[in-house]
Amino acid sequence: MSITKEKIHEILLKATEIRGHILEMTCVAKSGHPGGSMSMSDILATLYFYWLKTNPKDPLWEERDYFVLAKGHAAPALYATLAMKGYFPVDELKTLRQLGSKLQGHPDKHSLSGVEMSTGSLGQGLSVMVGMALALKYDKKTNRVFGVLGDGECQEGQVWEAAMAAAHFRLGNICIFIDKNGLQIDGATKDVMNIDPLADKFASFGWDVFTIDGHNVHEIVSTLEKADRVTDKPVVIIANTVKGKGITFMENQVCYHGAPITEEQLIKAKCELDIVKGMHL
Amino acid sequence: MTLVAPRDYYGKALVELGKVDPNVFVLDADLSSSTKTGLFAKAFPDRFFNAGIAEQNAIGMAAGLANMGKTVFVSSFAMFISGRAWEQIRNTVAYTQLNVKVVATHAGVTVGEDGGTHQAIEDIAIMRPIPFLKVLVPADAIEAAQMVNVMAAEKGPFYMRMSRGASPLVFEGIDYQFKLGKSDIIRQGKDVTIVACGIMVDIALRAAQKLIANKINARVINLSSIKPIDEAVLIAAAKETGAIVTAEEHSVIGGMGSAVAEVIVKHAPVPIEMLGIEGVFGESGKPDELLEKHHLTVDGLIAKVHLVLARK
Repeated sequence: MSITKEKIHEILLKATEIRGHILEMTCVAKSGHPGGSMSMSDILATLYFYWLKTNPKDPLWEERDYFVLAKGHAAPALYATLAMKGYFPVDELKTLRQLGSKLQGHPDKHSLSGVEMSTGSLGQGLSVMVGMALALKYDKKTNRVFGVLGDGECQEGQVWEAAMAAAHFRLGNICIFIDKNGLQIDGATKDVMNIDPLADKFASFGWDVFTIDGHNVHEIVSTLEKADRVTDKPVVIIANTVKGKGITFMENQVCYHGAPITEEQLIKAKCELDIVKGMHL
Repeated sequence: MTLVAPRDYYGKALVELGKVDPNVFVLDADLSSSTKTGLFAKAFPDRFFNAGIAEQNAIGMAAGLANMGKTVFVSSFAMFISGRAWEQIRNTVAYTQLNVKVVATHAGVTVGEDGGTHQAIEDIAIMRPIPFLKVLVPADAIEAAQMVNVMAAEKGPFYMRMSRGASPLVFEGIDYQFKLGKSDIIRQGKDVTIVACGIMVDIALRAAQKLIANKINARVINLSSIKPIDEAVLIAAAKETGAIVTAEEHSVIGGMGSAVAEVIVKHAPVPIEMLGIEGVFGESGKPDELLEKHHLTVDGLIAKVHLVLARK
């Protein structure tokens, strides 16, 4: 593996920055989904600051990789990442969810540069990725399609229709993460509607399956490298994550799925993030 | 008059389009032999994808292909593609303004023997309110084929619905070209206007012919472009004939008749009678028997004309 320790620290620093933005923007908006945004921050930081072929100066660059946020409610994580990459000014993050903002509650590709597909209604993103991958394959292009689904999202039947299709069409150009934070609005995923064994399900549908710690950048990168070598079937990386990751009082708390923290809590949270930043500087 | 199922010309038009436009892709959900997309599949196997019996994923895949710049036609029976995949059409296709043409066959009660589960009588009502989505109903196979080319040329999402059976070629030997948002007066008249779509257009023409015996001169409008709707032709009809009857193989709630009423109440209120399915499900039977049962016939239409004229 070619990634250096310095690069890993850089990615973790970016992930911490993403978390800071998530907390701030949802706090200003007084709504949004911080918990599931923070659980996938390390994945997004790794993808956008190390792995994906992107060009913020030319968002429609033909050779780019495509990223679809199937779990569209984690928009704050995507918005923070895109702003930090330079797709739009970081300043705009504070307009999240306000009337007239480009930063809609769920990603809208027509209003915001860098968003490849409008999402938000769970279960529909993977089908779109299948269509995009079919087009790339037909055009004999080597660009790849990446995406992140929620674990609760896998309760949607359409996910499995799409999973069947991706394997049927031998779409080796699809690589998705399942942000398996184990919580959804109504409680623990295993209590609301158990989706396990998720790895076995995807394997039986004909996917190449990897299971990792979704907060371990080293593991994320090495798995992406392995996934890159799979060419005849779609790849799913089941990332075990912690909802609200990075802030002690938010971790594994279902109440932060769809509700922001208070301004008081934000001060405390920022202190925690500063400590983490210090560790990686 | 020659009888042709609109889906036959739909399938042929897709093949012709595929020959000149390499950017056209077609999807189906295991009904390609019925919807006639199978003709395209045979001609261009690399540009056809079968989603299997999974309409939601079919719409999603179509959206993905369109998101990469392809022009995509996706077909199934009206019931399943409009009903099962409504939210996919709404949120993934229309919200994103993608270049996906949802083309439904087997709409209405003329599905026949398969019965109520397969007879979509609500699809126009549920498709019409979706922003950016245009809604078309061809009067015959000739117009269906023309619509294929119009949809391909016009970027953005469409819903087009056709009935199952062979129906008269209304435009056979006539110089006609479908235009989006434009509805033609296909028979002039001054006493009443019949606004029809789909298989009811031919029935409307025959009813108008029969009404001459009663000294009633009926105007007939083919409202094949339900959205966008031709307000001008409807307002003129209301003002000039003073009464309107709408006729469609669809529920009277929310369908083409409702679309006409929305225009008329605002701009030129005149009495309207609506002929359609009156709040019940379909059932098994021969297509003609079902049309008879729901009064979707020449005599059924004439009865509505007399009703509206009594209110004029």
